[in-house]
Amino acid sequence: MTVLAERQAVHDDHSEHHEGPTGLLKWMTSTDHKVIGMNYMVTSLVMFFLAGLMALAIRYQLLSPGGGIAGHGLSNQQFNELFTMHGSLMLYLFAGPFAFGGLANYILPLQIGAPDMAFPRLNALSYWLYLSGSITMMLGFLTAGGAAAFGWVGYAPLSEPTFSPGAGPDLWILAIALTGFSAIFTAVNLVTTTFYLRVPGLTMFRLPLFTWGMLVTAILILIAFPILTAAMVFLFADRHFGTHVYTVAGGGVPVLYQNLFWFFGHPEVYILALPYFGIVSEIIPVFSKKPMFGYKGMVFATMAIGALSTGVWAHHMFTTGTVLLPFFSLLSLLIAVPTGIKFFNWIGTMWRGQIHFAVPMLFCVGFLFAFLMGGLTGIMLAAPPIDFATHDTYFVVAHFHQVLFGTAVFAGFAGFYYWYPKFTGRMLREGLGKLHFWLMFLGFWLTFMPQYKLGLEGMPRRVATYVPGLGWQFLNELSTIGALIIASSFAVMLINLWVSWRSPVAAGDNPWDGHTLEWFATSPPVHHNFERLPPVRSERPVWDFHHPDAIALSHSNGNGNGNGKVRQPITVGSGSDGEPE
Amino acid sequence: MRIEALFLIGIAVFFGIVGAVYWFWAYEQGGTMMLAGTTLLGLLPGAYYYWWSRRMKPRPEDRPDASIEEGSGVIGTFPNSSIWPFVLGMGLFLVVLSLVFGIWLLAPGFALVISAAVGVTVESRRGGTV
Amino acid sequence: MTAPTTGSTGAAALKRHPRRLALIAAISLPVVLGGCQLPTFQGYRGSTHQGHDEFLLYAGTFIAAIVVGVITAALIIWSIVRYRHRSDQIPRQFQYHFGLEIAYTIIPVVIVLILFGFTVWTENNVDNVAAHPAQIIDVNAFQWGWQFNYADKHVSVEGETLSDPDPIGLNGVGCAPANHCYGPGLVVPAGETVRIYLRSKDTVHGFYVPEFNFSRYAQPGVLNTFDLTVQHVGVYRAQCTQFCGLYHSEMFFHVVALPPAQFQAWLSSQQSATVAAKRSSSSATSGSSATSGSSAASAGTAAAVRHRSTSTREAAA
Repeated sequence: MTVLAERQAVHDDHSEHHEGPTGLLKWMTSTDHKVIGMNYMVTSLVMFFLAGLMALAIRYQLLSPGGGIAGHGLSNQQFNELFTMHGSLMLYLFAGPFAFGGLANYILPLQIGAPDMAFPRLNALSYWLYLSGSITMMLGFLTAGGAAAFGWVGYAPLSEPTFSPGAGPDLWILAIALTGFSAIFTAVNLVTTTFYLRVPGLTMFRLPLFTWGMLVTAILILIAFPILTAAMVFLFADRHFGTHVYTVAGGGVPVLYQNLFWFFGHPEVYILALPYFGIVSEIIPVFSKKPMFGYKGMVFATMAIGALSTGVWAHHMFTTGTVLLPFFSLLSLLIAVPTGIKFFNWIGTMWRGQIHFAVPMLFCVGFLFAFLMGGLTGIMLAAPPIDFATHDTYFVVAHFHQVLFGTAVFAGFAGFYYWYPKFTGRMLREGLGKLHFWLMFLGFWLTFMPQYKLGLEGMPRRVATYVPGLGWQFLNELSTIGALIIASSFAVMLINLWVSWRSPVAAGDNPWDGHTLEWFATSPPVHHNFERLPPVRSERPVWDFHHPDAIALSHSNGNGNGNGKVRQPITVGSGSDGEPE
Repeated sequence: MRIEALFLIGIAVFFGIVGAVYWFWAYEQGGTMMLAGTTLLGLLPGAYYYWWSRRMKPRPEDRPDASIEEGSGVIGTFPNSSIWPFVLGMGLFLVVLSLVFGIWLLAPGFALVISAAVGVTVESRRGGTV
Repeated sequence: MTAPTTGSTGAAALKRHPRRLALIAAISLPVVLGGCQLPTFQGYRGSTHQGHDEFLLYAGTFIAAIVVGVITAALIIWSIVRYRHRSDQIPRQFQYHFGLEIAYTIIPVVIVLILFGFTVWTENNVDNVAAHPAQIIDVNAFQWGWQFNYADKHVSVEGETLSDPDPIGLNGVGCAPANHCYGPGLVVPAGETVRIYLRSKDTVHGFYVPEFNFSRYAQPGVLNTFDLTVQHVGVYRAQCTQFCGLYHSEMFFHVVALPPAQFQAWLSSQQSATVAAKRSSSSATSGSSATSGSSAASAGTAAAVRHRSTSTREAAA
């Protein structure tokens, strides 16, 4: 009935034991994608919590116009360092690496039935460069002049030595160069793995959507990060080697920095979004007990988002007066189309399903609402005149936080809860998970909705103080309370992890009745992942394996119009598969 | 292999068109250069893959009706564990930090980088084909 | 020179008005209201011609976004409520519906193209510069303040702090409310088109007046040119929006729109103050407009205010 076969990987380790060294040495020497993936996830979550604490300090400062409670606020310098590092940590060291370094590293080889990433040593090097970069960036706080204080974008004249002297900005630049190389290596690895290590029968148009998302993300990384690294090299040369790439006095062009940065920066936004779209596209079908609606449309939408996102960099520069407004406006608006396709496909997947609201699914629904709001305000910002009115105000802050919080946090933690049983072999507690979700959902709206109003009234971003008597204090207080609620939700998550660690509940290999190959491996998977594999006849081989009677309608395009009566069981392994020996 | 090739060539086609439109509409050099570079990024591997896809039979993972057995056997050589990526990473870390904390850090940095390069080569030789 | 300009802009506004109504009618069929009865949607209606055009686009987009958002949210809510897990039976495994997928590809494309049409139309209006502005003002941003030069009138206003409302000494016109009056004042004639040449002396700054629905970067090496036609007499708070260093949050200014006659009176009073300051100062300064501003400041006239002492700034840097 079913065909299972062994695949072997040759180890170039002479000893036969599969575990290798243990303890710290194992952590340092492992080239196993699962260990590296876990390293990435733990490191990036630490960065996430650090950046979250910085956010709380920022929100504390904004409680009152003068800063803080009863005059105990932060200094301008402290505030500027904190928001710079909050943005840098979240964007460079959490949201991206958590997706393409952590989840993708762990899950992508499993989803395509590979024993490991294509270049395991390069993979390990990526992690060490990422860790070095993270340490380098945090070292800025220990220097005499403090950490970098020019925003996560580091716009050029301000980041030149005249205006930002000291070692902190240097460390920031080098940290980005290090993590940039780490990202490029990971991307090379992901593309090669996807192209060369799939199991037989897993054609490109049967890849799980998370893998598709990661593939397009990896291409975007290859497009974007070299440009960022180049921009940083120029900046460093300006600071130390006497060049004048970005200084007017020396004949340079400061706007070039913005062009280079955003040619990285906008794809980066989608580098932070596409993997998470992929996670949502994995979770919604599983918990709706249905295949992904419009799978091929999803694949093309992912490609379209990736492609368009590289042609819209200057929509961050509408107010510079130096860019071609209609071109960038049109391409930015067009991104709404594939994003809309994704939305309706997700809804189509839930339509007439049997939706189980386990914690991962709850987070996905939270993502849908968050991203809907962020996406709609994004369409408004794609129109240059509206951008003129709201550029660099809290409207933009609210917009991108809703987008990025929606993707990296809601969808990111959906993925975390979804795959945690696979990582550890243990379940997280449903009750605590639901509490985490509802606190975060409440806190999310309370934090960011007042910021839209603040932005429309003209409160600029990145200000340590604001004008009293305009009614802004109340809105800021709401926002701060929301941030505290979000913080408390993560305390609940940590409790959940602790409970799961102290009194484990075994998960089994396939707790969610999953669709894709990672659910065929043991939890956690053995070294080199698979001893057996099911035949691949669709984009959800494990579902086919466990529900042989439900296949008939799912894989033929024409049967969508039948109303449940046409049910012709197709034997798994029929045709050229042959019967097992 | 064909889908992969078309995927990469698609990147080249898209950015070729966008780049051309951008150049003749905006006449801005920076963006045009970056779009041209992106076109090449798709074109070079895409053309290579396409060239191969015309000359080889579809691999089992390219055929929707392939069975798992067709992929059985040795699929690659994977190191079990290796200390050298860590050594190389720390070496590069020191090299980069030397730009801020002083040139003397280059000495231990390069020592680590070189030893890692030697180490990983020797390790690969011993382990067979890579 | 000023009177005909006013007349022509007024006429242009009247001519444009029916088209604006058509724009609103097209985008916001559910809200059958004229241009002025539109709710503000939490934004500003825009106190300049340009800003008002922006507001109409904003309102239209807002309505479109509400419609799309409500439909999508309703679909999500319907599916999560209606298709909640009820039995263990496996639902029907449908996956493709070609017509539906084409529909929700084509419809967004159409919506987006319509939005794009209105966007281009609006941005051309906002960025349009008049052939004969009533007054040309050079605005220079620097860390952390603003300088406004009325080059042809040899008047300069400069200031760099948030305190002390009404630093420009309007003749009998108090600046109120006080929290709208931080920083130096950019005095413009109401109802007339003012040309702004925006530059930066150091880093990137943002020239942003919330009630004008308008911002533009001031960048080193880049000259930005735009027109503002303030429609009503009043004081409009404004500040730098692009992060520019330590005192970014305190880099305020404000726009004072005076009736044209009062504006001219203010200009001539400033001119005489500047000339007096120049005469009284014996230092050998050139006659350029920028130095006339700084010499006015050193002479302690009302034309310029510098509050933060140099030593503080150096300590901060």
